[in-house]
Amino acid sequence: MDPLQFYGVTVASRLLLGTAQYPSPAILADAITRSEADILTVSLRRESTGGSGGRDFWKLISAMGKKILPNTAGCHSAKEAITTAEMARDVFDTPWIKLEVIGNADTLQPDVFGLVEAARELCAQGFQVFPYTTDDLIVAEKLLSVGCEVLMPWGAPIGSGKGLNNRFALKAMRAHFPNVPLVVDAGLGVPSHAADAMELGYDAVLLNTAVAKAGDPAAMAEGFALAVKAGRLAYRAGAMEARDMAVPSTPVFGQPFV
Amino acid sequence: MDESSGFLSSFQAFLITTGNRYAMKIAVIGAGVMGLVTAHHCALRGGSVTVYERRPETGRGCSWYAGGMLAAWCEMESAEPLIGELGLESLSYWKTHFSHVVEKGTLVIAPPRDLPDLKRFAARTHAHEWLGRDAVAALEPDLAERFETALFFASEAHLDPRVTLDALRQKLIAEYGVTFVMDSAVSPDDINADHIFDCRGYEARDVLKDLRGVKGEMLILRTKEVNLSRPVRLLHPRIPVYIVPRADHHFMVGATMIESGDRTRFSARSMVELLNAAYAVHPAFGEAEIVETGTDVRPAFADNLPRIRRDGKILRLNGLYRHGYLGAPALARRAAEIVFEGKSFPEVER
Repeated sequence: MDPLQFYGVTVASRLLLGTAQYPSPAILADAITRSEADILTVSLRRESTGGSGGRDFWKLISAMGKKILPNTAGCHSAKEAITTAEMARDVFDTPWIKLEVIGNADTLQPDVFGLVEAARELCAQGFQVFPYTTDDLIVAEKLLSVGCEVLMPWGAPIGSGKGLNNRFALKAMRAHFPNVPLVVDAGLGVPSHAADAMELGYDAVLLNTAVAKAGDPAAMAEGFALAVKAGRLAYRAGAMEARDMAVPSTPVFGQPFV
Repeated sequence: MDESSGFLSSFQAFLITTGNRYAMKIAVIGAGVMGLVTAHHCALRGGSVTVYERRPETGRGCSWYAGGMLAAWCEMESAEPLIGELGLESLSYWKTHFSHVVEKGTLVIAPPRDLPDLKRFAARTHAHEWLGRDAVAALEPDLAERFETALFFASEAHLDPRVTLDALRQKLIAEYGVTFVMDSAVSPDDINADHIFDCRGYEARDVLKDLRGVKGEMLILRTKEVNLSRPVRLLHPRIPVYIVPRADHHFMVGATMIESGDRTRFSARSMVELLNAAYAVHPAFGEAEIVETGTDVRPAFADNLPRIRRDGKILRLNGLYRHGYLGAPALARRAAEIVFEGKSFPEVER
């Protein structure tokens, strides 16, 4: 057993899947199934919450029977993110919220100041916050101190598909917070990136674009599911240390055993 | 003998004037592009057609706000192969029956930092060629300064939806004697007809429970400072936009895609995104006049593919999504052949 818990809730998969940008809801449903994801992130546009028929898409997502992690994607201020989080709680009936406060529309880099401010307010209101943050350790400490119990640092900018831009910083974060669930959120492009994050000891990864924009999203979802499992197994197994020279596995005649 | 032969010849004349058979009574509910091309295909096969529309004018639903791009190849970037098949047939329909279809292809461009998106687009589609700066300048001189590379889909075409809807209505009245009953939100139960085609789009959610709404917002700009000859698609990771040139220096800029059935409001955010994209294509759009803003809801099923559903003597044609002009003629032809020729089309009867 290798259980993973977020806010006391045990989740069955270490792959969290986003639901935006798929060619159709039917293809999204196939991708969800083959990803074996247990948690789906759903980004809420305010206008999709009201009116008759405005919730058709959310009904389709809900019908998948997965845990829903609503997302404040596209919010550019703490206030906007808080308002969106409150709406999401009404729509999805969950205290969970993936908190994004975007600092710049082009880079989609988190505004870590607004993030901490919004997290403080939402935690005080009883939300269970999953903050999308950078790999900065001090920001991470602030987030924990205002009540967050999960951290979601970026691997690379949202949608860039670059993989782990700063492995050193991500390793430092893992070492610095050994007991906090850490999720690499954003920037992964291919399954090997996900395996890389898991081999570093991250508890889970969160994806969207890499699957949604693949030629065959459902197949790519399965590829990521396998990579996440492989990376996790490798981390738990304990990897050998890399070295610069070849090491023959049998004695070489004429060489001492050193 | 003389009398009876006289009776026979006049009876034969009667048969000839009525198309030599009983004219099937056809009712079409909904006068958007789906309803009008369905009326046309039924009239072509000798049906006696009446079109019912709840609004006072034809085509004022989401057909009115469409781009009118006949872009079967570009759409293959994200759509299923069926859309390409329907799109090619529909392109041929529009070219056969209407003279105002513009056959100048489609240009797909991206800002320099989004060139990976252009490569991705090229990898998912075919029937295109890569253009360098000189070739872009030859096709669209106004874009050459800003875009060094583009994808050109030479076989595509576009039409002005509003001109088309009007021409189609006039053709149906003048050439086929189709009757239009406006301001009339009828139920199929109230109609006396042999076959009823339900083409109400998103309004048909009362009977098509798996239909969902995908909201779209568009605007029409007017400027004499930009000249484009063909639709231009600007790729962007979050906000892909197209600009379609229309008569008298008008440009249709569209369209947002929002999972919502609310057709009432055009958000400031959407306006900013559309205008930003237009400005990125050419800065002179910043000085353009905003002539019109529009918003409506596209009807779609979960796989974003259109369907024909049989329900007794009612056929429900729906789920055109963003492929109204691209899909409707081909779907209507199939529906008409189901009724007039007893055929079946498993690819759309789901």
